[in-house]
Amino acid sequence: MMHTKFKAALLAVVLLTSSGAAMAEETFWQWLITFTRQKEVKPVDNKTYADECGSCHYAYPPGLLPGKSWAKLLDAKALSNHFGEDASLDKDTLKTIYDYAMENAAEKSWYKRSRKITVATEDETPIRITDVRYIKRKHHDIPEKMIKGNKDVKSLSYCNACHTQADKGVFDSDTVSIPNYPDWD
Amino acid sequence: MKKQYILMSLIGALFMASAASATPATDELFARYKAEGATGFDAERGKKDWTKEGKVEDGKAMNCTICHGDDLSKPGKHHKTGKVIDPMAPSANPERFTDAKKIEKWFKRNCNDAWGRECTAQEKGDILKFLLSK
Repeated sequence: MMHTKFKAALLAVVLLTSSGAAMAEETFWQWLITFTRQKEVKPVDNKTYADECGSCHYAYPPGLLPGKSWAKLLDAKALSNHFGEDASLDKDTLKTIYDYAMENAAEKSWYKRSRKITVATEDETPIRITDVRYIKRKHHDIPEKMIKGNKDVKSLSYCNACHTQADKGVFDSDTVSIPNYPDWD
Repeated sequence: MKKQYILMSLIGALFMASAASATPATDELFARYKAEGATGFDAERGKKDWTKEGKVEDGKAMNCTICHGDDLSKPGKHHKTGKVIDPMAPSANPERFTDAKKIEKWFKRNCNDAWGRECTAQEKGDILKFLLSK
């Protein structure tokens, strides 16, 4: 009898904490309870961010860089020369994007890859995701001809050229398909 | 079934109407450019500006067609990122030039990227006039 009561109580606690967490952003409890959903990176869920960043390139989820990196990138002056391009935004739009990036930056997230990126960038402030040591390590065994020498990929920066579920924040190797190299595993 | 067709043609008509040679957004901008000192707008001048070369980047003399392509009714492609750019011609892309804020945002960025400076009100008006005729 005691046993069933205990189980019921445990179930209630689990249900309460998980449903509460589902409504909020990414919380410790959600991370603790639903393992499978936190393995990757939180997908972009802000329309302004998705539209503005996505109008020129894959809209990198904020969980791929720490806040200190986003602060460097998403600055009015920095954006007027964004890797060689003028990506200026009006003040209001920039604030929306900046706030969203800061709230969802790697160190604020409980998603596994964001945790790893947080650790990897503790002593540095990379402005390119491809400079994050964790990201480099994950890709270092892929031959150059498949990335730089591949006309349909060109650079490691084009995440979604190979990561078919990048828009969902999923980057595991099962979902990778390298253009022109269908047999790569 | 019939009702559906009527609805579809109505929607189609709506799109065609918005593809006309001026939109409330461009009217607003033409007025603003005039207030900033521009005098009358000319599609011919705009056409010349469209192909006028500016900065040299990666061995290419930058101009609007480098990314937007030669046929404005077809999609373009960004010379660096490879991102597909929807057609500029309103006849092919009714959504073009319906949002003043968006037009100004891209003028600022692209003038800087192609010519290394912001465009004047006169240049913007001429280019807009040229593009609207497409």
